Amino acid sequence: MRPVEPVRHPLWVRLTHWIGAGAFVALGVSGVAILLALPRLFWGETGANDAPAWIVLPLPVNLEQTGWGRNLHFLAAWIFVLSGALYLAAALVSGHLFRRLAPERDQLRPGHLARELRAHLRLRPSVPASGQERYNALQKLAYLAVLLVLAPVMLLSGLTMSPGVTAAYPELFTLFGGRQSARTVHFLAATLLVAFLLVHLWQVAANRPLRLLRGMITGRTGRTTEET
Amino acid sequence: MADISRRGWLVGASTLGLAPWLGGCEPIEGGPSRPGLYGLSDTLTLATQRFLLRDQPLAREFPADAISAVFPAINTTDPDDPAYKRSKDLEFADWKLPVTGLVERPGAFSLADLRAMPARTQVTLHSCEQGWSAIGGWTGVPLSHVLASCGLKPEARFIVIRTVDGWWDSYDLFDALHPQTILAYGMNGGDLPVAHGAPVRLRVERQLGYKSLKYLAGIEATDRVSGIGQGRGSMVSELGFSWYAGI
Repeated sequence: MRPVEPVRHPLWVRLTHWIGAGAFVALGVSGVAILLALPRLFWGETGANDAPAWIVLPLPVNLEQTGWGRNLHFLAAWIFVLSGALYLAAALVSGHLFRRLAPERDQLRPGHLARELRAHLRLRPSVPASGQERYNALQKLAYLAVLLVLAPVMLLSGLTMSPGVTAAYPELFTLFGGRQSARTVHFLAATLLVAFLLVHLWQVAANRPLRLLRGMITGRTGRTTEET
Repeated sequence: MADISRRGWLVGASTLGLAPWLGGCEPIEGGPSRPGLYGLSDTLTLATQRFLLRDQPLAREFPADAISAVFPAINTTDPDDPAYKRSKDLEFADWKLPVTGLVERPGAFSLADLRAMPARTQVTLHSCEQGWSAIGGWTGVPLSHVLASCGLKPEARFIVIRTVDGWWDSYDLFDALHPQTILAYGMNGGDLPVAHGAPVRLRVERQLGYKSLKYLAGIEATDRVSGIGQGRGSMVSELGFSWYAGI
């Protein structure tokens, strides 16, 4: 009898992963649509077409994409935030965060990190994929940076652009140094998140993608890559 | 469709445990409707922000030296309307702002009438949905004062504002009666320039710039906006933007 593979990704991880993935794409596309109305970035409270910009992005100016862009952005933001909050709560309560995502002591030794870094730079898996029982340290650190740093920064800098929320919490302006600073931070953090997504997709593509995809969809990795 | 959207308001409000606070089963009866997922997302945003703003805080105000050197003027910057042009040539001496609808004493106010009322000056950050922001100083009379002096009837729920250039928008009393919601006739210490909505524009400081209409032509108090236009609550809503622009 064929042994049943242990469930690698619990249902709540898979659900929030794919809901978050869909919302993330919607946020990225609609975010660019919104940005096209003023593809210039500023620091401080104020900024406009006539004001000196910190960066002028090489994008076409288009004022007609703001309406649908904003609608989709805020709908997707609600979905992303609610499913992300659900994920974080479950990850904390179940111990997933510490068990799966926090690097273990041996993974943080300089020698180990250097080995992983070299393997990544040579585009080689740091440990044999078949015997992979845990995520590697760079992977864990990337996940934690997204979950605990970039996602909260995105949410807070986004809320700092809301005249309603900032009327209730003007501290947000102090946190980011002004509305335009928050807009710039929102863009920079979004850029880092897109960079994460590209590396994430590349890592999946480079490490037996069918097996990994099946794992994130069904929760089981199957016995071998080739079997369906 | 109206039923679905009404349910949307209720779902959004009750999800957040706000139904009692919003006043029973029909939080915004006669309010603007928007079908589908965007309606639900708008409702979640409105319900959440109403909860966060339940103590009616003021939007941040700045010292006068924070005023931006350049304040962009967008959309209409000089209405192409014969009556308006005539009025402008008279420095708006003949201009009147009618207040109608659910008020005890409908009337029309001249610029001098408004200037004689208690004034409020506020230096605030204007945030445009296009992404720009600028700091401006605004002087005017609180809308709440004008409405009170006309005797706003208890059944009034919304204030509809129409402009010279054909725009219209609506505000429920939560925002219409907020102290920073003013009919501004002054900007940065001088008269309100034509490009910024002379003789009088609205300032709604806790929402995006598109709610702060320029070139006011009339104010109407009503108990429902569901029957106006497409029932979306404003002209920009009919173009696909959110009626509530606190985000």
